[in-house]
Amino acid sequence: MAKSEKQAYDEFIKGVWRENPVFVQVLGMCPMLAVTNSAINGVAMGMATFFVLMGSSFLVSLLKNLIPKQVRISCFIIIIATFVTVVDYVLLATLPGIHKELGAFIPLIVANCLILGRQEAFASRNTIRMALADALGMAAGFLFALVALGGIREILGEGKLFGISLFGDNFEPWVIMILPPGGFITLGLMLLFFNWLEEKKKKLDAQVAATEGSDL
Amino acid sequence: MGDLGWIFISTLLINNFVLAYFLGLCPFLGVSGKLETSFRLGLATIFVMVITALCAWILNTYILIYAPYLRLISFIVVIASVVQLIEMAIKKLSPALFRALGIFLPLITTNCAILGLAIFATNKGYGLWQGLVYALGAGCGFTLAIVLMAGLREEVEMSNVPTMVKGIAFNLIVSGILSMAFMGFAGLFSAG
Amino acid sequence: MSEEKQAAAEAGEPSSNRLVGTLAVAGLLSGIIIITVYLATFDTIKENKARELREAVFRVLPGVDKMQRFLHKEGALVVSHVEEKGEKPIYGGYDKAGKFVGYAIPNAGPGFQDTVSVLYGYKPAERVVVGMWILDSRETPGLGDKIYKDAEFVANFDHLSVDPKIVAVKKGRKAKPNEVDAITGATISSKAVVRIINEGNERWLPKLSKPGLEPALEKVEATPEKAEAEK
Repeated sequence: MAKSEKQAYDEFIKGVWRENPVFVQVLGMCPMLAVTNSAINGVAMGMATFFVLMGSSFLVSLLKNLIPKQVRISCFIIIIATFVTVVDYVLLATLPGIHKELGAFIPLIVANCLILGRQEAFASRNTIRMALADALGMAAGFLFALVALGGIREILGEGKLFGISLFGDNFEPWVIMILPPGGFITLGLMLLFFNWLEEKKKKLDAQVAATEGSDL
Repeated sequence: MGDLGWIFISTLLINNFVLAYFLGLCPFLGVSGKLETSFRLGLATIFVMVITALCAWILNTYILIYAPYLRLISFIVVIASVVQLIEMAIKKLSPALFRALGIFLPLITTNCAILGLAIFATNKGYGLWQGLVYALGAGCGFTLAIVLMAGLREEVEMSNVPTMVKGIAFNLIVSGILSMAFMGFAGLFSAG
Repeated sequence: MSEEKQAAAEAGEPSSNRLVGTLAVAGLLSGIIIITVYLATFDTIKENKARELREAVFRVLPGVDKMQRFLHKEGALVVSHVEEKGEKPIYGGYDKAGKFVGYAIPNAGPGFQDTVSVLYGYKPAERVVVGMWILDSRETPGLGDKIYKDAEFVANFDHLSVDPKIVAVKKGRKAKPNEVDAITGATISSKAVVRIINEGNERWLPKLSKPGLEPALEKVEATPEKAEAEK
């Protein structure tokens, strides 16, 4: 039991950091860039994706033995599209303001390769428990990335975070950051930062290995 | 007529699908390594987009007014199947055309730009001609963006880029600059 | 199940019936779920939309308490209750006593970035625009979005004469009753709003009823509308 707990935890952490869907795997960029001109939109999109991913992973993992291999992709897409439609209507009914901001990008969650990718690579081959842990991790990682990107763009582009003014009146906002080019450039720089971390870690590992080797 | 012109210019330049709406980023970043390949991908995309607009219009006019809630699912299913059928037809009728464009078709069908086109055209309430012009503009805009990108990337091949920067991070920053350049087109239609 | 089919199933090759069956079941289940959610949220969504529209109409027509939809049919304005596809309605606003106040006219056109949708209030008796509200736009944040964020610019559209037509002038040069102070740094967006209103006027003003002869407020429609507003 303890072992399975640990495994589930590992799957979760993997999604959040080591295999972060955005910064490491570079998946799901389309919804990611389009709606992250503010942190709150990032949260909304992240939560919508979170719900769809959890729901689909649960169902796919539950039904994995019933779905014939030949039509699995079609079934996955039907399942995902159902959840997305549900999210779309629920958001429209409960939070019309947010729905207006995200607009047509909510239905486009269907085309997020992250979700279909997790069904094909993980949920359809693992137990419900593992599938949920994996989905939770990936969704949390995605949410983290969206909020980080949205936050950075909102701080620089409007001088605000979650709508709260940070710098007072003297701050001249970099409007470009909340426009499309800002999205491309911010994500590019963030990926660069992750590459740099990776590189540094590799060097460190190599050093550790070298010193250990000399100790022997 | 002015209306159709605005739709075309707007989607081609001002509200370019890739550079302003971030639709179709996967092929944009993935297949833009070579100029010639990206041009052919662009042509195939225009083709699929026009088909999509047609399908979306038929669905919206004849079926979805009775069942608006099935929009998303029916778009996905119908567009994917129609493109698959056309792919088979092309393979049979014109193997040369198939070799040039056919290999891209499955890649394009699952692309968010296609679904996005159908959804945006529906949200804007476009009729048949407006939808077709919108699709044409979006497709040409995609082609323009990916061809420009490929041209830039071919140039970069020759220069000395630090290994850490190479890859997607670099491509994203270049896209950002390209997107900034396209912002200059804003106001093109309304000035005066 | 025939032996052949059984053999196929054992070999890991499900029959095509089973494939089609699985897809059909998946489609059916998904349909049921979607329809349930659609029906559950339908009323709220409709109410939200109606409220949003009502708020916009009340905003552009000060002093209005009730509204109804008009369509232009066979040379006259008629009250319409059901939404039809492809129609372009305008709205009539009435005060507390049920007296006609003015029209709220929606129109859209190209802005700086993308299509801008405008709703504006028009009083036919005085031939003035009395209010303007942007329903939808994607203008540049910080510059073009001032067309609805800048109170000074919005205030231009209070008692703005439509004769001969509305003109946008450089900020601070507003002298005549038909002139609008454009926003510095967002001239194109300002001019776009003005042009959209002028185009709306061109299309609608000749079709409006003569002042004093507007369709009367229909009691039947007004009651549920009002009940909803008070909710």
